[in-house]
Amino acid sequence: MNEKLTLSYEVPADDFTRAGEASGSVKGMLKKMGVAPDIVRRVAIAMYEGEINMVIHAHGGTINVTISPEEIEMVLKDEGPGIEDIELALQPGFSTAPDNIRALGFGAGMGLLNMKKNSDEMVIDSTVGVGTTVTMKVYIK
Amino acid sequence: MTIGNICRVLGAKYITGEEYADREVHSACGSDMMSDVLAFVKDQAVLLTGLCNQQVIRTAEMMDIVCVVFVRGKQPDECMISMAKERGIALMTTEHRMFSACGILYENGLRGGMSYL
Repeated sequence: MNEKLTLSYEVPADDFTRAGEASGSVKGMLKKMGVAPDIVRRVAIAMYEGEINMVIHAHGGTINVTISPEEIEMVLKDEGPGIEDIELALQPGFSTAPDNIRALGFGAGMGLLNMKKNSDEMVIDSTVGVGTTVTMKVYIK
Repeated sequence: MTIGNICRVLGAKYITGEEYADREVHSACGSDMMSDVLAFVKDQAVLLTGLCNQQVIRTAEMMDIVCVVFVRGKQPDECMISMAKERGIALMTTEHRMFSACGILYENGLRGGMSYL
């Protein structure tokens, strides 16, 4: 694989049952391409957490994934409410998810931290009232 | 411990994936919070949960979890079953409650994975 491959996904708004479709598709693609299993899993976890966040907090959005021989880049963009205090949002256990989301098994306040942990680079660009873009990179080499 | 052994010691019933009975499971995680499951990484794990929705199967998929045990006799719906089939994940249900199910597996030599926090 010498060329870059770009994949684009629409994350549907407020459809919790479909959250994870994009991450599952990327995971399957990377597996087929023969990417090392630990890299595949890190990408899958980071992207899935992000995808769930987009559904819970931001009425969906778009995810662009670029796969190159060196790295996998995921850009998750939404036009949701934005993150007021990013540092606080990264604290383990801090969550603004409503109770109905907790009843579905999410909203423990681990998501952003887990995204950071599973990626080699993560940049959060967020403006309250405008939206959030999270860019994550996982190095292949 | 194999998936088949887990099924036997828990007195569980397969919902799908009986053909994976010989597959080895190296660790276990018991949780209803998928957020916590996602923060736990260990190869070839079994997940015990009382949560019964599609995100359980998705979480298992992302984490390479090979078997999901639903406690307290919970039954996944058709959609969850077909998702698990597509992904090669064994599903079973046991009448035991979470604490007892985890205890039985622990007693039989299965251990928890490493959490990163």
